[in-house]
Amino acid sequence: MSARIIAIASNTFREAVRDRVLYNLIAFALLLSGAAVLVGEISIDIEKLVVINLGLTAVSLFGIVIAIFIGIQLVSKEIEKRTLYTVLSRPVRRWEFIVGKFFGLTGTLVVNTFFMAIGVFAALLYVEHKLVGPDAMILTALYFIILQFMLICSLALLFSSFSSPLLSAVFTFALFVIGSFADDLRNFAALTHGLTRWIAMGLAYLVPNFSAFNIIGAVAHGQPVAVSLVAHNSAYALLYSAAVLAGAVLVFEHRNLK
Amino acid sequence: MNSRRITTISAASILVVAMGTGVCLLRSIDRDRPTATLDQVLLISSPKFLKRASLGYDGLMADIYWTRAVQYFGREHHADATEYKLLAPLLEITTYLDPKLLVAYEYGGNFLAPPPPGGAGQPERAVKLLEFGIEKNPQEWRLYMSLGHIYFLELKDYAKAESAFAQGAKLPNAHPSLGVMAALMATRSGDLDTARALWTATYQTATDKNVRDNAFEHLVALRVDQDVVRLQEAVDAFRQKVGRLPESMSELGAAEGWPGLPADPDGGPYLIVDGRVEVENPNHFPFITKGTPPHYTPPPPRFIHRAPN
Repeated sequence: MSARIIAIASNTFREAVRDRVLYNLIAFALLLSGAAVLVGEISIDIEKLVVINLGLTAVSLFGIVIAIFIGIQLVSKEIEKRTLYTVLSRPVRRWEFIVGKFFGLTGTLVVNTFFMAIGVFAALLYVEHKLVGPDAMILTALYFIILQFMLICSLALLFSSFSSPLLSAVFTFALFVIGSFADDLRNFAALTHGLTRWIAMGLAYLVPNFSAFNIIGAVAHGQPVAVSLVAHNSAYALLYSAAVLAGAVLVFEHRNLK
Repeated sequence: MNSRRITTISAASILVVAMGTGVCLLRSIDRDRPTATLDQVLLISSPKFLKRASLGYDGLMADIYWTRAVQYFGREHHADATEYKLLAPLLEITTYLDPKLLVAYEYGGNFLAPPPPGGAGQPERAVKLLEFGIEKNPQEWRLYMSLGHIYFLELKDYAKAESAFAQGAKLPNAHPSLGVMAALMATRSGDLDTARALWTATYQTATDKNVRDNAFEHLVALRVDQDVVRLQEAVDAFRQKVGRLPESMSELGAAEGWPGLPADPDGGPYLIVDGRVEVENPNHFPFITKGTPPHYTPPPPRFIHRAPN
């Protein structure tokens, strides 16, 4: 990775921290500690399940919200503040700017997830008084959540490279929702015939398949995750993010910034 | 005092007063519409829709619905309800959202099956719930045990109870009591002996303290039932032999040559009232079926924390 991309990525990370993005950790800590203490009083025999389900769901949702709302501003904010012109007047290529922004935001989310993961394990330790082997699967779920973030960051960047922040947020969130129904879309497509089937199936495969990354329920019940799923999901997330980023670079390269 | 300080104090005062008043107002609103929250949730009663609407976070949604089911059952039970209309839908939503949530089948079945006020009086729905659980978790012997439990205790269908226990007994790691239960069902041995074996198995295998306490209470009640049956036989034998009813338990004890007077598990005496054997304080044993005065209405069963001997 070039030094210029690293510089842009680290600046993006610093800016996110300056914008107090990591303050969400306080809300997360309150949520999880409250659940760990209270759930035993109001339910039966699901303390551990709640800590894992709530913890990982919160990690995922907090991260998605951050990815969307920071991601959509990455380009527009630079244009609005006119700092983009300063950056591009230096020996920085437009694609390096986009890729740097992507790594900066993804890095922010990885750091955020790291602290939240500590919170999840601490809450689990509080509830169960010990950690057991199958709990290590939580790390796999966290890894899949980070892969989800990569996809969302790239989508937010793609939309923000040509659209307004508001519309970018709507588009990104809509794709997240559609992608969560990817399996259903394929089932619906399979019910059609002829050309419609091909088009519907193509569209169903084209949307990002977020449902493949959600293993929270399985992990909460201590079920193992296949190594092949980890490998396939990793490859899929990398390829899809790379494709979307390439799209963002294409759009941004040809965008008239005057 | 400068103007900035005045603004700060005023804003802080308004914040505290307005927030406090708002909270008090909210409590009044809650009193006006106490069941609104649950009603709103059940407006969406389709498990399939809820699963899709959860965007993949169905595990957490299932936990929320399970907690709601427990809260609903607890609240209605506490209010001595005679029907639990929302319990079955809440449990069905929970298990559709998370088919691996075993607690919802095990305890949910026990909430649904017993007659009111102890439960919802819907053993058929409980069977349906457990059969769905077995379909999704065929290797969980506890579900077969709960199913057999309901067939035996609530539906009195010994053949199906035997089948459920026998299927569960075949599973790896199944508790040995399942095989015993299947055999008891097959031989149709005395109901009290079978019930004791069942509740003993529940007591030994349950992980939740409340469930263990509940099983223990049933075991205590069974002991009282058996005592009453035995004492009633003695009273009847006395009448046949002497030609009149014994005047007291002491007279019966002396005639039978007992070393002491029989006592219930709390140490209270058994009484003879008009030739019937009764416990002194039936309210102490919420699950007894014998030894109560005529027209006795039992209080709703509560968890009594009695230390097991």
